[in-house]
Amino acid sequence: MSVEEKIIDIIVEKLGVSREQVKPEASFIDDLGADSLDLVELVMAMEEAFGMEISDEEAEKLRTVKDVIDYVKSRTGEA
Amino acid sequence: MNLENRIALVTGASRGIGRAIAIALAKAGADVVVNYSSSEEAAKEVANEIEKLGRKAITSKFDVANATEVSEAVKKAEEALGPIDILVNNAGITRDTLFLRMKEEDWDRVLEVNLKGAFNCSKAVIQGMLKRRFGRIINISSVIAMTGNAGQTNYAAAKAGLIGFTKSLAREVATRGVTVNVVAPGYIETDMTAKIPDKIKEAILAQIPMGRVGKAEEVAPAVVFLASPEASYITGTVLHVNGGLYM
Repeated sequence: MSVEEKIIDIIVEKLGVSREQVKPEASFIDDLGADSLDLVELVMAMEEAFGMEISDEEAEKLRTVKDVIDYVKSRTGEA
Repeated sequence: MNLENRIALVTGASRGIGRAIAIALAKAGADVVVNYSSSEEAAKEVANEIEKLGRKAITSKFDVANATEVSEAVKKAEEALGPIDILVNNAGITRDTLFLRMKEEDWDRVLEVNLKGAFNCSKAVIQGMLKRRFGRIINISSVIAMTGNAGQTNYAAAKAGLIGFTKSLAREVATRGVTVNVVAPGYIETDMTAKIPDKIKEAILAQIPMGRVGKAEEVAPAVVFLASPEASYITGTVLHVNGGLYM
């Protein structure tokens, strides 16, 4: 499973949205109905799934699906 | 008030108010993790009593002040009984002395057990509660949080701290079916209050409109209620159980 698919899976599960809604430009809060607690849970799920720690400062910048994909890829070294 | 199929963790459940809470939760149908720090025999006895009620119980020794011990114990308990739905942060100690004579370690230990203990235990269970969209956290404070008490600056600070903690956490998790509340007992007959000198006891008694101290069994039903599905719209509140001592 690619990093991208894994991330989308997590978002679908955590936010209870359909795969079609999880477009790269979709904003977690505006488009996917997430609240601040959802965002924290999402970040924690990413940390667990990819074995990394994401600081609060970095987490704040993750607003869209693409933000997360790019961020995780840059951390795991996958271009 | 039906708590069937619910799993509860009660800290400091071997004696006093914690013991009464553990047994009352079991009577309402819950399986119970009986935490204790030193009174192993007493904890086993509580577990036996719960099993006699036809419910499951395990004893679990850990220091609530130690985050690692807490998370390991919670993991083990959840493997044995299932995910924890109800957490009662009851474990508490006193190190009473006038402020002038209070040592730093008296302050630290009381804050660690009575306040940080609630932080550690809540941390260990909250993620599961959020995921399952159900959870009940009940923090046992004290009337002393409201009134203060000479000789208890550490205890009062910790117990008042629990109330601020409760209200803040309640706000954070309210949308997920997780409620966080406080039960604040007044003067209850336990090993803890047995240490209070008779003269002071009499003075306290004079302040209580009901003219008597309470029993642990009179505190427990408040916890059972807040743990129940019927209390689903109650969060961030302080339920006083004190015979009218503080209103």
